Amino acid sequence: MQIVLAITIGVLYAAAVYLLLRRGVVRVVMGVSLLSQAVNLLIFTAGGIKEGGSPFVAGASTSLANAADPLPQALILTAIVISFGVLAFTLAMAYRADKSTGTDDVDDLRSTDAQ
Amino acid sequence: MNPVTLCLLVPLATAISCLLTGRSLRAQKVLGVSGMAVLLGVSLWLMAEVADGTIHVVEFGNWPAPFGIIAVADMLSAIMVLVSAITGLAVAVYSVADIDEGRIRHGYFAFLHFMMMGVCGAFLTGDIFNMFVWFEVMLISSFVLMCLGGEKPQMEGAVKYVVLNLVSSSLFLAACGILYGQTGTLNLADLAVKSRELMHPGLLTMTAMLFLVAFGLKAAVFPLFFWLPASYHTPPVAVSAVFAGLLTKVGVYALIRVFTLVFTGDLMFTHGLLLAIAGLTMVTGVLGAVVQFDFRRLLSFHIVSQIGYMVLGLALFTPLALAGCVFYLFHHIVVKSNLFLISGITRRYGGSFQLKKLGGFYAATPWLAVLFFIPAMSLGGIPPLSGFFAKFAVVKASLAGDTMFGPWAAVLGVVALAVGLLTLFSMTKIWAEVFWKAVPEGVPKVDLAALTPRDKALLYGPVAALALLTLSIGFFPQFYFDFAERAAAQLLTPSRYIEAVMGGTKPCIRFGISFSRWYGPGC
Repeated sequence: MQIVLAITIGVLYAAAVYLLLRRGVVRVVMGVSLLSQAVNLLIFTAGGIKEGGSPFVAGASTSLANAADPLPQALILTAIVISFGVLAFTLAMAYRADKSTGTDDVDDLRSTDAQ
Repeated sequence: MNPVTLCLLVPLATAISCLLTGRSLRAQKVLGVSGMAVLLGVSLWLMAEVADGTIHVVEFGNWPAPFGIIAVADMLSAIMVLVSAITGLAVAVYSVADIDEGRIRHGYFAFLHFMMMGVCGAFLTGDIFNMFVWFEVMLISSFVLMCLGGEKPQMEGAVKYVVLNLVSSSLFLAACGILYGQTGTLNLADLAVKSRELMHPGLLTMTAMLFLVAFGLKAAVFPLFFWLPASYHTPPVAVSAVFAGLLTKVGVYALIRVFTLVFTGDLMFTHGLLLAIAGLTMVTGVLGAVVQFDFRRLLSFHIVSQIGYMVLGLALFTPLALAGCVFYLFHHIVVKSNLFLISGITRRYGGSFQLKKLGGFYAATPWLAVLFFIPAMSLGGIPPLSGFFAKFAVVKASLAGDTMFGPWAAVLGVVALAVGLLTLFSMTKIWAEVFWKAVPEGVPKVDLAALTPRDKALLYGPVAALALLTLSIGFFPQFYFDFAERAAAQLLTPSRYIEAVMGGTKPCIRFGISFSRWYGPGC
């Protein structure tokens, strides 16, 4: 399972970097979004995967030695919520940038760099 | 109620009330400024609480560390929160006259305060993942401030700023995940303990490099600084000023925090790398600045250059160097925000940010020239202004010979001196172009009627206050340096931080549950 996840994360990172290096603003935004998905899976894998019960306890005496670690999942949940909000914002920004500058090519966003 | 929580609640409450007042301009302006004034009061209270050297810990929801999320206020955090509140207040007052109606109606003050909450949160948190969350609060608010108005240059800058900062956030998050996988904790104090007991310290250094890239991007160090001069000159002046003062410094603060508390296992490698980065950042930043002819772009490159001095202080890792680094941090926030605010006033009078299209300000408004002269010469490091003492401490530490880098530290000290000279050169360039030069051909004269007396008071007030603060740091450096030294002493004895957070007890079985993976049976 870890191997499969590791390969998936690698592919996601590669795809994200490829998209980030494209010139269209929308593709760059998609790249950022893919990157956050890759990171979520990375946290999940790095946090340690194991087959076992869910981390709930019925009584105080129950041992959790075989339970999955709930913390990485909590982190991912937080990260998903944040990345969702950020994605919504970046899409709106990409739209507005296209309206204001009249281009979606990042190479053309240079008028402010001129001396 | 304690000041630590209040530092987060005050900006939050202000931001929400700004949103609730709807479209009333007056109410938003009053709330925006008074909220910052209250935050300044609270941060002074926080400073008074930690001034005796105690480290205040707040466990949110009463979950004890290391399980719950905690806020920790030591001297460094308190200094950073205080100086942020000072800058925030100055910028809020300035914004009343500088920011147009449309932007205020669409929530300028609300997002300014949300950003302050993120900044204060990042300074006060004691949990690495929580720091990520505060970074996001700060970032998303700064994105909105950057884009608000939607003008063409703004959107061009915003695309670069947003994308690069999101990449940095992804790296930060990935680093948090990997660090958790290695140590099983996210609490900074607990990390400091666990990271010293790891089986494979080399792997921890690898994680440290991920954090270095993530925070380095935010702090704009070489070679990750390129987004900063491409974006900081595009939004309104007040926004540029608060970004220039605070945002990169949050990155520097995060670097200081993790590289004094957690990643201290392989100092020669990690801090050696920081040393090299510091030198390159100083040099490239200042070389970028000397060729610029746009007021704000020139100042933006200087931010990069000055970050190098702070990183140098961190890299040298002696008490004097770290104290110099902290002193540099607060001197720089005050001075740099002030210079940006002044660029806004010259723009209002002269109608441009281009140095070529400005001139004759010394003859027209000598007082503005004086107000510019103070922070500009301070940035250049002329005694007796604040920048001199900041540079003096860092350079003295690098030449002292008690660092672990031997002659290399001295080399960096010489580089720092040379960079100081170039900084002075580019400040005199602004001085000569904007203030001394006669008004160029075909450019309208300095239009003193451009500002009403009310606008004048609102724009000059914060500039004068920050200039006075710069002077007071320069004339009473020992008073301020004393705080920096205490902060450095706390940073160099992480055991006090750890003890304050963990309370000296073993965090073994607190809830009747034993997470065997985290705390084995032997704990």
